[in-house]
Amino acid sequence: MTMFDTVKQAVQSLHTGLLPETKHPDIDISHQVLLYVEGLSVSFDGFKALNDLNLYINDGELRCLIGANGAGKTTLMDVITGKTRPDIGDVYFGQTIDLLGKTEAEIAQLGIGRKFQKPTVFEEQSVFANLELAMKVNKGITSTLFARLSPSELDWISQVLDTIGLKSHYRMLAGALSHGQKQWLEIGMLLIADPRLMLVDEPVAGMTAQETERTAELLTSLAGERTVVVVEHDMEFVRSIAKTVTVLHQGSVLAEGSMSDVQNNPAVIEVYLGEEQ
Amino acid sequence: MSSIRNHFSSLHDLREKAPVFLAVLFGISIYASACNLWLPEDSIFYVSTYTITLLGKYLCYALLALAVDVVWGYCGILSLGHGAFFALGGYTMGMYLMRQIGDRGVYGDPILPDFMVFLNWQELPWFWYGFDHFWVAILAMILVPGILAFVFGWLAFRSRVAGVYLSIMTQALTYALMLAFFRNEMGFGGNNGLTDFKDLLGFNLQSDSVRVALFLCSALVLALAYCLSLLIMSSRFGRVVVGIRDAEDRARFIGFKTENYKVWLFVYSAILAAIAGALYVPQVGIINPGEFSPLNSIEVVVWVAVGGRGTLYGAIAGALLVNYAKTRFTAVFPEAWLFALGALFVGVTVFLPQGLVGLFKNKKLPWCNRKKTGEEQS
Ligand SMILES: Nc1ncnc2c1ncn2[C@@H]1O[C@H](COP(=O)(O)OP(=O)(O)O)[C@@H](O)[C@H]1O
Ligand SMILES: [Mg+2]
Repeated sequence: MTMFDTVKQAVQSLHTGLLPETKHPDIDISHQVLLYVEGLSVSFDGFKALNDLNLYINDGELRCLIGANGAGKTTLMDVITGKTRPDIGDVYFGQTIDLLGKTEAEIAQLGIGRKFQKPTVFEEQSVFANLELAMKVNKGITSTLFARLSPSELDWISQVLDTIGLKSHYRMLAGALSHGQKQWLEIGMLLIADPRLMLVDEPVAGMTAQETERTAELLTSLAGERTVVVVEHDMEFVRSIAKTVTVLHQGSVLAEGSMSDVQNNPAVIEVYLGEEQ
Repeated sequence: MSSIRNHFSSLHDLREKAPVFLAVLFGISIYASACNLWLPEDSIFYVSTYTITLLGKYLCYALLALAVDVVWGYCGILSLGHGAFFALGGYTMGMYLMRQIGDRGVYGDPILPDFMVFLNWQELPWFWYGFDHFWVAILAMILVPGILAFVFGWLAFRSRVAGVYLSIMTQALTYALMLAFFRNEMGFGGNNGLTDFKDLLGFNLQSDSVRVALFLCSALVLALAYCLSLLIMSSRFGRVVVGIRDAEDRARFIGFKTENYKVWLFVYSAILAAIAGALYVPQVGIINPGEFSPLNSIEVVVWVAVGGRGTLYGAIAGALLVNYAKTRFTAVFPEAWLFALGALFVGVTVFLPQGLVGLFKNKKLPWCNRKKTGEEQS
């Protein structure tokens, strides 16, 4: 082996140590459960946003989380994705991966994608660039410095543009999109990251009825190969997609089951659905 | 849509933007140099050596402004301490130039610089070893500010210090260094700093041709730094950095370790600032702790704001214009300059948030449509 090869190998092993894997790691789902949340509590200045919450999400499931404003839905997503540290509790991805203590970037690289409640895209960059950045590729510094868009990556972006209906807008600055289009772009950014678990916070806020319908179709079609957790206020929307619904109330799970079970649950009727009528 | 692959290649931006910039920069500097070297002094086109050195100084400031634009314009890191990296670069060059004096100093000591003899020091402090070699000085010029920026950035960005707090920390950094360098015991000449330089690599610093060479060198380095920064900023790395500026959380949640990106960029920018300082010192003939003054760093930010953030050439234009104005202004009302600078900053912030470049263009990406009716054009 030449000197050059040795150095090259050393540099490569350094990189594999430093840089994230492009492929998501294997996740042990031998018990069919992809995400475990157990005994989770989060408090802000003494106020308990999450209170001893337990939640189990099966692999390939489409789960809806509902609950009044302030029930803790967004906080739960913050904890799962590493933004907020809980006071106590466990969050496991599969059987073996402890998510607590990992950074947002590490969790994202494990294959957990997130759409924010308030659509958050890179406003000063084109729709295309937004997708390019979200794409599932090596996110290390060296590889972004020298990255060149491959034809297959271009196809991939082009497909996602089709799916989210922004094909003709790909040159536009993301900041110039309408609210609903931004929501779609963010969903596109989720898709192109090819995550194992998608956490989608209020995806249809600000969408027209037609857009809402398309979102419902898209999310339903994704479930199966991916696992999707959707937070939504729009009960019509939840009815149209949900198989299993979890109702949060004051930071804990109030009820869980099919939509009709939940709707007929007296506790739920009292605190949440009751308000609707 | 396949044309987009070209737009997303770094070389595309370089081909698009660099030629005009390079033509203007080299056109003017070569013209000025030629007029200095080959025209008689009584010709109306003659450019004095004083002017050449002044222009060289401006180019160093332009490089410093470029460094600040890289972190502030592209990544939103408002550093109010880049003067520190500039001064450190200047000191490493100054140390080399001091050692070059040899026994030609006032006290004639073959090893010790004058100020050490004056302080009754018997031997050279260890950190002056090797500075009689140019390459050691160059290495130190890159490593010292680079490592300082790395440590500072690592501590600050890891603990997610941002915004005003970060700016205050950078001010504190440069202020602390200024106080330290004012002390004689530090071994860098105290408040007098380093001066009385004789030559650089054996060339007499007082001669016209060396002055012109230094000026051209500054232009060349500025051109290289501009092209390299343009390449970096138009790579995917650059788009990540802009993403971090506009929505750091989003960047994190799609898997970028944003703090690493910021540290890298900060170190790169600090090294550019240090190179600017190292080019500056042989041209002005002195480096003293005043260069660490917090006010200096703030001035740089004003240059960038005036020129316009996030375009690289805007920062350069801002530095050149404001410094030209400063030269003119201080010749007439030296005391009023700071007020004028303050007024300029307020004026620009209120009326020209995008700086002077904002007057000429309002789109960041030439192929990007801001309007809703973005039809495909390719
Ligand atoms: N960073 C924070 N600091 C203080 N309180 C917070 C913070 N984030 C959320 N909360 C509080 O926690 C509660 C749960 O919020 P959230 O999870 O956003 O509710 P939801 O998404 O279900 O509407 C709310 O009362 C909110 O005010
Ligand atoms: Mg919420």
